[in-house]
Amino acid sequence: MFSCKTSPEVGGMGHSVKRKEDARFLHGKGNYTDDVKLPGMLHMVMVRSPYAYAKILSIDKEKALAIDGVLAVITGEDLAQYNLHWMPTLLSDSQMVLPTDTVMHQSQEVCAVIATDRYIAVDGAEAVDVQYEPMQAVVNPFKALDEDAPLLRPDKEGQKDNHIYHWERGDKAKTDAAIAAADVVVKERIHLPRIHVASIETCGVVASYDKDTEKMLIYLTSQAPHAIRTILALVAGHVGLSEEKIRIIAPDIGGGFGGKVPVYPGYVVAIAASFLIGKPVKWIEDRSENLVNGFARDYHMDCELAATKDGKIQAFKVSTLADHGYTDSSANPSKYPTGMFSICTGSYDYEHAFAELDAVYTNKAPGGVAYRCSFRVTEAVHAIERMVDKLAAEIGKDPALLRFENFIKKEQFPYASPLGWSYDSGDYKATLEKAMEMVGYDEYKKEQAEKRAQGKLMGIGICTFTEVVGAGPSKDFDILGIAMFDSAEIRVHPTGKALARFGTKSQGQGHETTYAQILAEELGIPYTDIEIDEGDTDTAPYGLGTYASRSTPTAGAAAAIAARKLRDKGKKIAAHLLEVSEDDIEWEVGKYFVKGAPEKSKTIQDVAFAAYTNFPPGMEPGFEATHYYDPPNLTFPNGAYICVVEVDEETGAIDVKRFVAIDDCGNIINPMIVEGQVHGGLTQGIAPAMYEGIVYDDEGNVLNGTLMDYLVPTAVESPHWETGHTITPSPHHPLGAKGVAESPTVGAPPAIANAIIDALYPLGIKHLDIPITPDKVWDAIQKAKAEA
Amino acid sequence: MAKHKVTMTINGASVSAEVDSRLLLVHFIRENLDMTGTHIGCDTSSCGACTILIDGKSVKSCTYLAVRADGANITTIEGIAADGTNHPLQKAFHDQHGLHCGFCTPGMIMRSIELLETNPNPTEKEIRWGISGNLCRCTGYNNIVKSVQQAAEEMSKEKEATV
Ligand code: FES
Ligand code: FES
Repeated sequence: MFSCKTSPEVGGMGHSVKRKEDARFLHGKGNYTDDVKLPGMLHMVMVRSPYAYAKILSIDKEKALAIDGVLAVITGEDLAQYNLHWMPTLLSDSQMVLPTDTVMHQSQEVCAVIATDRYIAVDGAEAVDVQYEPMQAVVNPFKALDEDAPLLRPDKEGQKDNHIYHWERGDKAKTDAAIAAADVVVKERIHLPRIHVASIETCGVVASYDKDTEKMLIYLTSQAPHAIRTILALVAGHVGLSEEKIRIIAPDIGGGFGGKVPVYPGYVVAIAASFLIGKPVKWIEDRSENLVNGFARDYHMDCELAATKDGKIQAFKVSTLADHGYTDSSANPSKYPTGMFSICTGSYDYEHAFAELDAVYTNKAPGGVAYRCSFRVTEAVHAIERMVDKLAAEIGKDPALLRFENFIKKEQFPYASPLGWSYDSGDYKATLEKAMEMVGYDEYKKEQAEKRAQGKLMGIGICTFTEVVGAGPSKDFDILGIAMFDSAEIRVHPTGKALARFGTKSQGQGHETTYAQILAEELGIPYTDIEIDEGDTDTAPYGLGTYASRSTPTAGAAAAIAARKLRDKGKKIAAHLLEVSEDDIEWEVGKYFVKGAPEKSKTIQDVAFAAYTNFPPGMEPGFEATHYYDPPNLTFPNGAYICVVEVDEETGAIDVKRFVAIDDCGNIINPMIVEGQVHGGLTQGIAPAMYEGIVYDDEGNVLNGTLMDYLVPTAVESPHWETGHTITPSPHHPLGAKGVAESPTVGAPPAIANAIIDALYPLGIKHLDIPITPDKVWDAIQKAKAEA
Repeated sequence: MAKHKVTMTINGASVSAEVDSRLLLVHFIRENLDMTGTHIGCDTSSCGACTILIDGKSVKSCTYLAVRADGANITTIEGIAADGTNHPLQKAFHDQHGLHCGFCTPGMIMRSIELLETNPNPTEKEIRWGISGNLCRCTGYNNIVKSVQQAAEEMSKEKEATV
């Protein structure tokens, strides 16, 4: 296990120090975007489409403008005068800021009302009279490619049907041959439905343009403020918004989970409105706007897993249909339109794999962001982990044993996966053993046999996942061409206290504490003496932001390396102060001393003071360092999760009895925070497994666009989570850390699904798509009984 | 829009204002009084981010008109402890890592104050049901439950000490 190098007072890695950011939140003094109030600020409210697909015949602003306090109604035609009515998506597709002629999904922005007050803006939005001519919407993605399906994007040159792109990885011929020759092949179509991150704070913006200084100040709910600044400059450069004049401040953020990575049309309209009117404009989404205008997942995956009759896995093939809505606005790296989906071969050692994906347009909201997971890893893990269980059931082998027999072994790392990744480290066997021991696997197996004999439904589900997080490396990963590095800038003041700034942005992860702990570890300055600052593009170094578990792998590494640069400089200063040669100086956390004479020493604080007051002749004064870290590889956190459920045959109700999560995220910065992140991630794992899913009717209407019917788990639905760790440090990360906050969201759904299906297996039920709700279980039971 | 004069006590101070009949209490508090610790997370009374105390009872202030609060005694997160001090629930949420992004936290704490007022020694199940009108998307609730348990213990000790 990990042993701490620093004292609790210094609070370096491995200490569960309490969070530095808590006080302001506990006292109601957080500063979220909706808390920002600027003099003369106006409010914006969107008029949205009731139809999923319709022509706009007319927009009559008159009645709205007649309301006292309504200052403007902005339409697509208005923006078109400045060529701002379309914007590029992160994957170089195009998205309407406001439409000029057609709406493409229900709740799409139609026009914006600007008023002196929130309530008046709503009155204005009600008074705008929009005439539509509804058209038959394409809702089912499998019908999007039918001959007679309407062409949804005739605006795109060369677009002949609703197909967006085809992607593939691996050797199709060899994989097909291995599947054809195998003893056993299990097949399943697995759907991961549309879900929404539903952070409790919705998205919003306050844009404030100053006509005299030409500065555009933007408070934004953004996980990636620097990248957004560049994108804005690229999109709106032609109207005079130049990058040095744009300042984005991402203030406190009330949860992100991927939903605050994209640029939403509302942001752009508010910014344009402030630019045109010259006053601050605030736009805050309401909850339904939030739930209906973005999504994660929506992959339909046809899976085939081939094995010997003993269960040695030989090949995996997955063909996916992805429903992207009316534009591909997936938040993925440019060269990876399907994100890291090719991690779908999982934690197992076999030779042949092939993955392909076709993406289509439909009349649904765009999105394709994460839901607390690295780019498309949840889909990949769900596919392989369900299939491995299906194989185990098919050949009648214990799913734990089947996994042990197929795991990549500890000695095989770095492991070249069949679809091209180089897994950095792991000890899958030890991790699963630990989970089995903690849950008491063998006893549950016995109990299950007894319960089954009594006709009771009990299931045990395992998931042994491998994640892939921490993008870059920049040679492979970029967002619209911007390399996915991240940064840290440290300033140690003369009194030995420090300020450090980062290109990332916390949304609750606790960066103000964990980054300070990294610096405490590297410099020996107590974490309480280090201020952390992020999110202001005028002050922080450039970085790509916080999502896909990349903060610790990238910015955390940057902090360590910048600190080591400081330590090197400090060594020269210490040698000067102690009047010895640099070669005679040794470092121990917090101080330099003379080799063989430890009583002759200088603390890091002494050295910091000397850097401003008494530095060696010829040395550049000051004690500051910056590093931009471009990782050599991704990191591969992994884990073994076990879930025990009971299902009530009469009602379909599912009772999660136990859930044990053993994570291996490498070295740990703050165990308390890691545990907290795992808890939160697990609840965002049970959510899609059992409760959440955005439901559309045949007309493209969203049927559950409020928190009344989109079921975010409460404390009652959230089980008591049991957590633990194995530690296999990342060999290439300067701190041996890997990132953790998304692993549980990735690993929990298959563990839960596997447990429920294991419970139902005696009835002949072999697969259910998530969310597995009581009514779905009840229906399946009735169907199984009727068939039996 | 008809205006109404309302007078109420908020965190011990008397406040009078002319308000529109349709103004929600949460907006009155956040925008007219500039106390932004009370948050808004939904429009269907589902999330509890806006929870405050009205005459000692926890209420979702997004579902309450400001005019209806005329004469009421209101407490928000800003008013539960003197400056520089912590209510036992604030301390417990810090000790037990009961918050991540902090957006749900004021509502959770305000709700928990009434919960512990009416049930000073709740079981884990009673706590989970007791806060089931408040959503948290970050923490998975385990540590929120522990926070409420810690506060319950400390508050009963305090009470014993004063008896
Ligand atoms: S804001 Fe969600 S319940 Fe009041
Ligand atoms: S701490 Fe983020 S919503 Fe509860």
